[in-house]
Amino acid sequence: MSTAVSIMPGLTLAGIGQGFWRLLPLSMFVVVFGLAYGLAAVQTGLTPLQTVFMSFAVFAGTAQFAALELWGGQIPVIPLLVTTFAINARHLLMGASLYPWLKQVPATQRFGSMLVLSDANWAMTLNDCQRGKPNLGLLVGGGMALWVTWMGGTLLGMTFGNLIANPARFGLDMVMGCFMLSMVFGGRKSLRMVLAWCVAALTAWLAYRYLPENTHVVVGAIGGGLVGLFWMEKPAEPKAGRADK
Amino acid sequence: MMATDGLNGLLGAVTLLTRFGGVLVMSVVPINQRVESFINAMSGSVLIAILVPVAVEGDMAARMALLATAAVMLAVRRPMPAIAAGISVAAGWRYLM
Repeated sequence: MSTAVSIMPGLTLAGIGQGFWRLLPLSMFVVVFGLAYGLAAVQTGLTPLQTVFMSFAVFAGTAQFAALELWGGQIPVIPLLVTTFAINARHLLMGASLYPWLKQVPATQRFGSMLVLSDANWAMTLNDCQRGKPNLGLLVGGGMALWVTWMGGTLLGMTFGNLIANPARFGLDMVMGCFMLSMVFGGRKSLRMVLAWCVAALTAWLAYRYLPENTHVVVGAIGGGLVGLFWMEKPAEPKAGRADK
Repeated sequence: MMATDGLNGLLGAVTLLTRFGGVLVMSVVPINQRVESFINAMSGSVLIAILVPVAVEGDMAARMALLATAAVMLAVRRPMPAIAAGISVAAGWRYLM
């Protein structure tokens, strides 16, 4: 496989800057979503410090909203940690999917870039990698753009969020869902992928109905992944397989 | 106060573990064709799995928003218009219905 993987250049300041500006337009949506989170956090009863610190330390929208759901007078610590892990388990796969390229750079750059690993910058970076143009600056700079706008949105939501009493009325509760779906459909599409998604949807739905809360994410991911495990891309002609992507 | 801020730190630590974990695991377990195929199929599947409750339990506006996002994404292949379409449909649907 390693012969088909193109060479990943090391990090440069210019590359980080380019990545930052490339993801900034999309990050404007993150401001809106961060705003929604800031508002929800205040309504849940988190202090301003707790609200900002969660965005600072966790930097994962879906998990943060889930945490707010569970946040109460008596906070269930273990379920909260397991939920966070289950929701963010996709980071494991995201990091792993970039490994063929990340292993080429020094460990500090490899793990440093993972600090700002998020859905949007990962999806774009993997896309570039698979098209033979690996670009670590896009991951880091794009991640910084997402982090800055996420923090900015959180602060805005806390400060001015009271103006939007009902984010769902403006469709703002759908920002994350629409974002994730656009990322799915922006990826490679093949009969194999469509089958994987169908299996993922079905198994996730079954887990959502019959298994403990939040297991559906891991179950669906493994269900879809198993399709890939048993129905592999043609190994005989890697060149054709690459061009196909 | 102290306890809940500590909790946010823990949530951050768990999330960081997932961010580092993928790269760490892959450096121990060698990648082969099958593992790569598994991960490729898995990456889209995770997002689909997160979306299942939104599609199943969400209101009609949520479903229409996802439908609009998918349709625009397939048509123009750009995430920004697709997301904008989804949000507009959700807001419009809730306003009209």
